Amino acid sequence: MTTTQQTPRPASAGVSAQPADGSAAGADRHAVEFRDVQIAYGKFVAVRDFSLSIAKGSFVTLLGPSGCGKTTILRSIAGLVDITSGQISIGGRRVDDVPIYKRNIGLVFQSYALFPHKTVFDNVAFGLKYRNVPRAEIARKVGQALEMVRLPGAEKKLPSQLSGGQQQRIALARAIVFEPEVLLLDEPLSALDANMREEMRVEIKKIQKATGITAIFVTHDQEEALSMSDRIVVMNAGSMEQIGTPQEVYDTPATAFVADFLGKANMLAGTVSAVDGAKATVALAAGQSVSVVSPRPLAQGAAVTVVVRPQKLSVAPGSGENRLSGRVVSTSYLGGSAIYEIDLGGKTIVRANNAITGRLAREGETVEVGFDPAGCVLLDDKGLRIA
Amino acid sequence: MTKGWTLYDPRLAWMLVAPVLLLLIFFLLLPIAMMAVYTFFTFVTAGVEQGTLTVANWHEFFTDSYYHGFLLKTLRVGAMTALICGVFGYFPAYFIWATTFKHKWLLLLLLIVPFWISFTIRTFSWINILGEQGVINVTLLRLGLIHEPLQMLYTEGAVILGLLHFLLPYMILNVYVSLESIDRTLISAARSMGCTSAQAFREVTLPLSLPGLAAGLLLCFVLAAGSYVTPQLLGAGRDALFGNLIYDTIMGQLNWPMGATLSIVLFVVLGFFAAIYTRYMGMSQIVKGLGG
Repeated sequence: MTTTQQTPRPASAGVSAQPADGSAAGADRHAVEFRDVQIAYGKFVAVRDFSLSIAKGSFVTLLGPSGCGKTTILRSIAGLVDITSGQISIGGRRVDDVPIYKRNIGLVFQSYALFPHKTVFDNVAFGLKYRNVPRAEIARKVGQALEMVRLPGAEKKLPSQLSGGQQQRIALARAIVFEPEVLLLDEPLSALDANMREEMRVEIKKIQKATGITAIFVTHDQEEALSMSDRIVVMNAGSMEQIGTPQEVYDTPATAFVADFLGKANMLAGTVSAVDGAKATVALAAGQSVSVVSPRPLAQGAAVTVVVRPQKLSVAPGSGENRLSGRVVSTSYLGGSAIYEIDLGGKTIVRANNAITGRLAREGETVEVGFDPAGCVLLDDKGLRIA
Repeated sequence: MTKGWTLYDPRLAWMLVAPVLLLLIFFLLLPIAMMAVYTFFTFVTAGVEQGTLTVANWHEFFTDSYYHGFLLKTLRVGAMTALICGVFGYFPAYFIWATTFKHKWLLLLLLIVPFWISFTIRTFSWINILGEQGVINVTLLRLGLIHEPLQMLYTEGAVILGLLHFLLPYMILNVYVSLESIDRTLISAARSMGCTSAQAFREVTLPLSLPGLAAGLLLCFVLAAGSYVTPQLLGAGRDALFGNLIYDTIMGQLNWPMGATLSIVLFVVLGFFAAIYTRYMGMSQIVKGLGG
């Protein structure tokens, strides 16, 4: 097994991709630590070469499409999935051989997983009961937890008498009431309707901050990941693509996958036609050329992909140093902003998301789109960011 | 206002339901009602009764302890059979549910296979196993462990064994279906909060599978208490159940009014247990179990 990583990781406090050194200092800074973890089901490798350290008290999101291994990783922390090789530590203690019920983990499921035959009180008290907490103490803590999720007085109700959002709050209360070392959230918002989802997003974040608990959140929703996380781990096909703060992964995607998965970036393929120090001119496959700023000098003739966020692509005339002309294919009016799809020729269609200042560009209209040479990210021919 | 027919027209619903309703009325409700009327007819002599209304049959039933004894014995045998079915049926159901074996349907098929053979033949097979010349006795005699055949056939034990053989699949299917309806993440949730697997079973799996167990118990109880072929073939005269009593009264003594009275008694008593069950559990569980 190798420990090399294919992609450069931005170094950041809190989360690091470096294998843990196992020292005492590392142990009390990190709530959860993965070292070269591999998880396979028969021949199928669900997770490969996964190394990650999660700082105490941080909110880390595993983001990726379904089947990328993010849920498998979450379940391996809980002990619901056995790892094939490598090691996992929780609070500095190796847990490879610790059975699930001794791991002291709070779990929130997508399906809520409340016990339908038990009252809200018994549901929330469940973890405390198995920790031999005295009765009076249980009642007090359950009351506190329900207070925290803003459902005081719901003790005697059955889960079936609550709405989806309320059930998820109870599930959250049940997972944090016994003060677990880590709170694991497995797509907890995806069963809720859109309005409820946003409310719960804020709520979960608030509770996580108030309790200072380490939270690991799994989602395929980039908006959830960007709005809630201290750090985002972008996953694809069982491997880690990038780790960073929401801004880092959004603004400087490490790979083509991250650029595309987070925010549907425009990817313009081309070759370097002229180099002038940090500046370079890229001849796009679409037929026009743009000038870009590269963090390191580019070789003439190198194949690159210019990644531009829809928000950085401006349809207003006269803006930006790069001017590309194209024809508007569609215009979606969103009130404060509009999303344009613009055909640059050569089967290249870009998306631009602009605040509306003047008039809307209509379908079929020929427009100029521009972006700042520094407002893009360059990927090399392997789809890795040029840094 | 249009008079057109739609798929959701209540008239259409009634028309679709009508055949079943008619069937139930003519082949179930009416016969039972006729039986109920018969209980008030006067028995003259074997095969002859008069339309003169009397409560003599009911009087006889309520005062003759001979009938009470049979009724109690029938309920006892039914209850014992149901309980044994519950105990022995839960484990296979749990196993089929919990196994990671790829071809689970094969295991379920195994439960259904016995139904391919006539119930009567299946019951007869026990004679070859338990009888004086049956497999068990012959083997034990040859081995010299016993010197004369054991009396196993024509005992209450043989009757209960035969009923178990007949009813166990119903119990297993009922329990299996209720286990299958349990969301397995509930068990993961319980385990993550500190339960060992045994504790998770006690806290989650067992209570949530109780409706299936209860449905199986009721079904086995009612079918066992209403059985008459099994005690007829595997029991001696004293092991007869209420069903055999009814058969004997109608076919042996040709006393139709008394036979009708006893039939209505069994109908009411078993209906009473089913009603209690429905009150607390709902009938849908049994329907699920039979369909599953």
